[in-house]
Amino acid sequence: MPELTATRLENATGRPRARVPNLFWALALTLGAAVMLFPFLWTVITSITPDGTLASGPTLLVEDPTLDAYRQLFDAMPMWRIVANSFWIAIASTLFQLITGAMAAYAFTRIAFPGRQAVFAVYLATLMVPLQVLVVPLFIQMTRAQLSDTYFALLAPSIASAFGIFLLKQAMEGVPRELDEAATLDGAHHLRIFAQVVLPLTRPALATVAVFAFMGSWNSYLWPLVVIRSPELMTLPLGLATLQGQFTTQWNVVMAGSVVSVLPIAIVYVFAQRYIIAGFAHSGLK
Amino acid sequence: MSTAPAPALGRPITEPGQPRPKRANARRRGLRTLGWALLFLLPSAIPLTAFTLVPMISSAWVSLHDWNLISPMEWVGLENYRELLADPRTRDVFANTATYILGYLPLVYIGGLGLALALNRAMAGIAFLRGAYFLPVVTSWVVVALVWQWLLSPSNGLVNTVLGAIGLPEPGWWTDPAWAMPSIILASVWKDLGFVMVILLAGLQALPQEVLEAARVDGAGAWRRFWHITLPLLSPSTFFVVVISLINGFQVFDQVNVMTGGGPAGASQVVVGQIYDLTFRYGRAGDASALSWLLFALVLVITAIQIRGQRRWVTYA
Repeated sequence: MPELTATRLENATGRPRARVPNLFWALALTLGAAVMLFPFLWTVITSITPDGTLASGPTLLVEDPTLDAYRQLFDAMPMWRIVANSFWIAIASTLFQLITGAMAAYAFTRIAFPGRQAVFAVYLATLMVPLQVLVVPLFIQMTRAQLSDTYFALLAPSIASAFGIFLLKQAMEGVPRELDEAATLDGAHHLRIFAQVVLPLTRPALATVAVFAFMGSWNSYLWPLVVIRSPELMTLPLGLATLQGQFTTQWNVVMAGSVVSVLPIAIVYVFAQRYIIAGFAHSGLK
Repeated sequence: MSTAPAPALGRPITEPGQPRPKRANARRRGLRTLGWALLFLLPSAIPLTAFTLVPMISSAWVSLHDWNLISPMEWVGLENYRELLADPRTRDVFANTATYILGYLPLVYIGGLGLALALNRAMAGIAFLRGAYFLPVVTSWVVVALVWQWLLSPSNGLVNTVLGAIGLPEPGWWTDPAWAMPSIILASVWKDLGFVMVILLAGLQALPQEVLEAARVDGAGAWRRFWHITLPLLSPSTFFVVVISLINGFQVFDQVNVMTGGGPAGASQVVVGQIYDLTFRYGRAGDASALSWLLFALVLVITAIQIRGQRRWVTYA
């Protein structure tokens, strides 16, 4: 996986004369980062501001900070449930996409079945179709099967992703065939070669697919908006948008909701930052 | 030197006595291969068929009908498409979507490139800085839209408070038809800047250092090195950013839906917003499906043009 390094560039830019410019860049970049991060700080500040004082305009230093907005938030929405929903739906769809994707990629690269090209072409076609084209019929399909407003409906469209299959197929083409031929000679069948030879060697691509699957599910808004009505089944983006409908001008409550939905992903991000950034960088180098 | 024809090693050596078991073996092997293929493909083939392929076909079918989601569908052929193409509202939503892209793409690309160049150096704390610029990327569109709606709130938002304090005019932002789309663009650029930065930074780090070094030795200044070497060599990453941004740009919805709901008075309504409203607000599923296919066709054509046109400006080192 192409990780973004600092060292590789030392010979390119870190020449002796770089001392003073580096100080300049350090200041400029830190200032820029502060501006970039400021909206997050502002969200937190607003969320601890008491109801009455917001109308008179915002202040950086809150005079009497309160968690009142959070109390209102948790009274208005089943927030714990919504956070838990977001997590388990994201984890489940990531696992599903990894399993279905890796197996399909293995079939397309390692099993010489008749019609392989044609089947792959159909898979590619599904990659091209945006969710917007599918939303209306998918909603009708779910409603007819009496499955709308269920966890199943929420999860169903993200069980398999043609994008992930495509990425994993590319990666598996790169695994030397001699390895699985050797395993075949040792009497291993496809499931063993898949699990013990090919899969361990495609780990970087699997990580990229996992990052995209998790983030895609975590941030997904249009499909939950269409198919979910009950607050207990909502994920964070939908819950938050619904909240805004109820508390239009109570920005402290809306911002408290934003803090609650950013916090979990920010914690994940702090620990997995290297992999997440590398995953994105990887997608651009194909 | 001529190579003698290789002995027919690959040709199956048929043993005259027993041709039949061979064929049976082959058939059994073929069946077994098919079995393995099914085992590995069904887990993805079933959901892709049920939740992508079937809806795709039924969407095309619905687009040929008038349907309010309740009463039976009524066949109208291509009438929905004809009506949509003649409707000025359709032109408006495509124009608004184009405005979004034309505002968003140059800003996010130039900003992302500047950031990538600035962050492409060895320096203490550089990983932290890159992480900070990237944080908005992992934040959901809904949160981004809400936070910016608050920052840009016309009456008591932070931006107007600051603008007022230094004596500048205070725009109505997302409540003003003229400022609604710029507000959406501003929030979107803030969110995606880190994404473009990471893609371009990865591209910068993959550049052949020898070429840049050689140009430096030859006395090419920083500006000329950037303009004549870095930028052309970076074109594959640029291409990726442009293709992805255009595809995502045409499908823009989340931030618009939350920030303005397409308003005020439809001033920021985009194509996907219109598809949503046609279906769930006006009960015109046929028109909505037809519009979604028009959008899909447009994206396909534009992506195809870009892929064909890339030969002109994309240099693969």
